[in-house]
Amino acid sequence: MRKRAAVSLAVIWVLSTLLTACGGLQSQGNVDERGAQGPQVLQLMTNNEPGDLDSATSSDVISGTILNNVMEGLMRLDKDDKPQPAIASSYEVSEDKKTYTFTLRDAKWSDGEPVKAQDFEYAWKRALDPKTKSEYAYILYPIKNAEKFNKGKAKASDVGVRALDDTTLEVKLEEPIPYFLSLTTFSTYLPQRKDIVEKFGGDYAKEPDKMVYNGPFVLDKWAHEQNLQLKKNENYWDRNTVFLEEVKIDIIKDTSTALNLYTSDQKDVTMLDKAFAEAFQSSPEFTTVTGSTVQYIQFNTENSFLANTKIRKAISLAIDRESMVKLILKDGSQPAGGFVPPAILGYNESFRKQAREYQQFQPAEAKQLFKLGMEELGIDSPPTLTLLSYNDERKDVAVVLKDQLEKNLGLKVKVNPQPLKQKIDLETKGEFDLSFSGWKADYNDPMTFLDMWVTNGAFNTGKWSNKKYDELIQKSKGNPDFKKRINDLIEAERILLEDGVAIAPVYYKNQAYLVKPHVKNLEFHSIGPEYTLKETYIEKRK
Amino acid sequence: MMDVGGVYVGNPATHPLKTAKVYVRVRTYTFRMFCVRKGSGNVGSYVARRLIYFLLTLWLVITCTFFLMHFLPGSPLSNEEKLPPDLKEQILREYGLDKPVPVQYALYLGNLLRGDLGLSFSYDGRSVSELIAQGFPASLQIGLQGLIFGGLVGILLGTVAAIQRGTWLDNATTIVAVLGISVPSFVLAAFFSYYIGVKMGILSPGGWESFADSILPSLSLSFLVIAQVTRYIRSEMLDVFSQDYMKTAKAKGLGRRVVVFRHALRNALLPTVTVLGPLTVNLITGSLVVEQIFSVPGMSTLFVNSIMTNDYTLIMGTTIFYAFLFMVSVFIVDILYGIIDPRIRVAGMKE
Repeated sequence: MRKRAAVSLAVIWVLSTLLTACGGLQSQGNVDERGAQGPQVLQLMTNNEPGDLDSATSSDVISGTILNNVMEGLMRLDKDDKPQPAIASSYEVSEDKKTYTFTLRDAKWSDGEPVKAQDFEYAWKRALDPKTKSEYAYILYPIKNAEKFNKGKAKASDVGVRALDDTTLEVKLEEPIPYFLSLTTFSTYLPQRKDIVEKFGGDYAKEPDKMVYNGPFVLDKWAHEQNLQLKKNENYWDRNTVFLEEVKIDIIKDTSTALNLYTSDQKDVTMLDKAFAEAFQSSPEFTTVTGSTVQYIQFNTENSFLANTKIRKAISLAIDRESMVKLILKDGSQPAGGFVPPAILGYNESFRKQAREYQQFQPAEAKQLFKLGMEELGIDSPPTLTLLSYNDERKDVAVVLKDQLEKNLGLKVKVNPQPLKQKIDLETKGEFDLSFSGWKADYNDPMTFLDMWVTNGAFNTGKWSNKKYDELIQKSKGNPDFKKRINDLIEAERILLEDGVAIAPVYYKNQAYLVKPHVKNLEFHSIGPEYTLKETYIEKRK
Repeated sequence: MMDVGGVYVGNPATHPLKTAKVYVRVRTYTFRMFCVRKGSGNVGSYVARRLIYFLLTLWLVITCTFFLMHFLPGSPLSNEEKLPPDLKEQILREYGLDKPVPVQYALYLGNLLRGDLGLSFSYDGRSVSELIAQGFPASLQIGLQGLIFGGLVGILLGTVAAIQRGTWLDNATTIVAVLGISVPSFVLAAFFSYYIGVKMGILSPGGWESFADSILPSLSLSFLVIAQVTRYIRSEMLDVFSQDYMKTAKAKGLGRRVVVFRHALRNALLPTVTVLGPLTVNLITGSLVVEQIFSVPGMSTLFVNSIMTNDYTLIMGTTIFYAFLFMVSVFIVDILYGIIDPRIRVAGMKE
């Protein structure tokens, strides 16, 4: 017995030496070019099980990030969040900007089959099929008749996506939009193989061997609630730029455990929440990623006190965003003077660079306006307002907001923290005075933020309404002149914040990370997936 | 936080003494019934009656949970914050969630009778039974390890404390017991994860790869068991020591060891077993915070997340599973009772 153990140990030892040697050889070839050295294995963590790896129905960021690395759409986001040709090698846009014709390159699925234009047509129509029950189907609505088909008012054949042949995909849009290419990088726009989806039916994408891949990696192992393992995809068309051989992603739900694993050198990257961000702020491994989420206060304009524009403006001017970000959040979040976060593109550059900042901390003016507003309303003392809030870490922010408003305006505020579902329920019923909320971009365009506030908009639960604003948004939805369109949207944001004060923006949420210095080219994204590992490599560890 | 999952709600151990007395009485009674039937060769009807009560309780639990959970605000959809309302309505219709609750209830019961717990909403259509089967083993493992370790240490400490009553040893075990009850397991867990995992680097601060990874979570869970068992054993031992038959045993000339272990400890175990039943269920169905801190892929997240995400089918599945385990454990306690305490068996036989 002991002998046998010794023999097997010896075999394992020989094998492992051989394997390491192979790994070493492979990566050594690349040392000269980029400095990748040693075993190309990346150790990552995520804070939850991916909810759904079926790209047609997937709606969470964790799944979106995995899909972004094991799949590839027509376009792929680069490190500046700009779409670059991926499965599509080129595209043509028609004169009216409503027809896109993509030419597909010679790419293969992980089982060796070619990636065809039909795979895109199938996937998109499947996501739109009401039977699929996709919660992200609306992201496909810019495509002609997509919304009608999704709501059962048109046939699948009416939808404006068609494979002209195996390598040509024609897409017709409802309206000319400047962000269609960036939409094609989203998980809902990924291709799917009809034969595979139909073969596995309800089990499709539930296990690593029940799906096929066309991205830089394949999902090799998936121990539910424990870890996922990615392996380099040898059939990927651009495999020569992929360095990592293996990526191990452990599911660690507790942030302090994640930090413990990182500091004990078992993991290469960790997310930091605000409790830990401060302690590591000066570390060279500390980095922040600009997000595409804005946190703001929504006013319920059906409340007679808050119906007064001066009062709303006073509240907005009484918020000290600067110190909120520096003293409370400490994770690199930025004070918000506008509503559209800096990561969002306007016309060729950040929308924020083109638009102005509207809301600054002006306590004296705030007090003045507040007094005028109360005179207009004919009241002497302000009523107590409730501030609806999330019951997560953002509750602390709500408490600081309350303090600031009480101190700067003498306005009594009661914080009402609620779980997400309850909060949405109360908002939909209009049972709030002030609501501290967040909105994350669905796509890289100011429209994803601005069209919320049109009269009777589904998420405009404060019932704010402005005719000029509605007109500008309506016009911009179909304006083929993208430069003019952005000017209209800048004007719309000005009305939203300066004239109308529908909301008071508070801060743009950023995310803090720690990344080991030997990890290179790990590309974080502001929009959509969390990161891309395609060109990531490991430099020699010190 | 722990209340959310229902894991520790109604823990009979919160008022150990009171509950234990009641339990003792109920148990004694049922076991007598069992013995009577057994004596007259009618075990079958006892088991049948037990089974009917069992199913009735289960049905009550299912019904209450089903209607209560539909009072939760929101829907089980995951992208609810951004989902346009008309699309949301349509998806709910596809799932059959637009039907009146009683209709949904009837449909659910129908499926349940066919053994189908349904598909989870939050885990993209994975079957609920598969999710439970996947999470339960890890929770079971750390729970049992904690229970066995805690039970043994607790019996040892309790016995020592009773024998050495009034000495510093007794006081020391009292302190351990008070700490064990008052320091929550997650504080211990965070403490172990940081000092043993990071500072000393002996064991991993989290993960689930080998047996070594299960030591720290089990240890964190065992403190509560140690504390409870110690207190019970100590007080029961002292109670037993003052009984007449202890004097008889000593007068017979039995050795100290035999007196303590065969006579005193055996009797003192009785109420402890009563509490251990429900406590076991609590432990093996997982502690949310301990599992999170050590990244144990157990059941507790299913419990808690299902409620936060309104995952109706998963809420029902985990509740039924929990209720089932609880009732089975009560049944096992009944049987253990007879094994440990011959008095009940004998008394039952005579009747």
